[in-house]
Amino acid sequence: MDITINLADGVPIYRQIVNQVKYLVASGLIQPGEELPPIRTLALQLKVTPNTIVKAYGELEVSCVIHKRRGSGTFVSEGRPQQVTLRERRRVIEQRIDGLLAEAHQLNFSTEDILRMVRERKTAMDETVAEPTEREKR
Amino acid sequence: MEKTVVDVNTLSRSFDGMTALDTVSFRATAGQVHGLVGSNGAGKTTLLKHLLGLLRATTGSVRVFGLDPVRDPVGVLSRVGYLSEERELPEWMRVDELMRYTQAFHPTWDVSYERELLKTFALDPTKKVKELSKGMRAQAGLIAAVAHRPELLILDEPSSGLDAVVRRDILDAIVRAVADDGRTVIFSSHLLDEVERMSDHVTLMHQGRVALSGVLDDVRSGYQRSRVHFAQNFDQPPVLDTALAMEGGGRTWSVVHSGSLEQFRHSVVARGGEVVESRDATLEEIFLARAGRSGQQAEAA
Repeated sequence: MDITINLADGVPIYRQIVNQVKYLVASGLIQPGEELPPIRTLALQLKVTPNTIVKAYGELEVSCVIHKRRGSGTFVSEGRPQQVTLRERRRVIEQRIDGLLAEAHQLNFSTEDILRMVRERKTAMDETVAEPTEREKR
Repeated sequence: MEKTVVDVNTLSRSFDGMTALDTVSFRATAGQVHGLVGSNGAGKTTLLKHLLGLLRATTGSVRVFGLDPVRDPVGVLSRVGYLSEERELPEWMRVDELMRYTQAFHPTWDVSYERELLKTFALDPTKKVKELSKGMRAQAGLIAAVAHRPELLILDEPSSGLDAVVRRDILDAIVRAVADDGRTVIFSSHLLDEVERMSDHVTLMHQGRVALSGVLDDVRSGYQRSRVHFAQNFDQPPVLDTALAMEGGGRTWSVVHSGSLEQFRHSVVARGGEVVESRDATLEEIFLARAGRSGQQAEAA
């Protein structure tokens, strides 16, 4: 699962995982019914304590994004990730935007530059999704 | 309920009149990873050696599984796995002899786990310990520390001087101990990003004392890093409430501070400034603020 942890942005690691899984589900990059990696696997991949994954999965389960099946694993739930309230979703994104704007200001990018760069990145990401990378083909 | 595995109470210890530990209290709860950070000489290794009964408490008490490790070494050590910083291993033994030797102390030794790790690490069991490279020594020491699946795994600077591959083997062992067996881990490290990722609880030691200790996310949310702009230039860091460390100059300063953001903001406004941005501080920023040179200045001020 494509998750990156950024220690410098001040957001707790479990919350970074929760946010990114929500994003992956909402954007369709992981599909309903798909299995999430086991706790040990994801902990090793991200080099984090397994309890952080337990906490993240627990929170994702409470907000109905994923569910556990006894004895098998953790799966993405069917249905609406929009059960996350608009306020909550806005809060998550605004946090990121604030950090981005502050960083941009520091590095001398204008808001227009940033808006343009966001669109460029989105286009680049869409192209990557359309054409799977070498790693994914194998 | 959280079960206490290690309970250290107001432990003090000095060597030749030099204070090594000063009223240290430390608790480790079951199933959690406890990171221990601090500069060289802060007392981390001395604390860990008390948990193993290698040092006797001068004042204060040490309990591991409710037992005194000095009075009941067998009761404690049979349930503990330990990788020392110096990786002291019997030099004359072959790797397989080291395994049999260690196994003899541990009825719970898991031979299949031992074999799996030897294979993963590509360690030659017929090699003598003294012929092993630094990384291979750490791997051999790690197997000896985890193959009996101890209830408590203590690792003293496990990553020190190792390449990325062996560091990963160590992290793997920590993750498995916790994820598969629900074990408790205490590890010390000077790699703060590793501690930040791998710990549920963090304890910062400084000059023989516990400077702070708690659940990592709580510790982090208790400290903020803010960027501050002032209307006028400051040649010296301006005095601000709750500020622990400051970097910058002129009108722009980066400040690590504790407590409520409101109180800090108030203090900044009173000096003709504004808080441009705030976020939770990273462990490294907290560490430097509490134990670094600027931290000492802030304490002195």
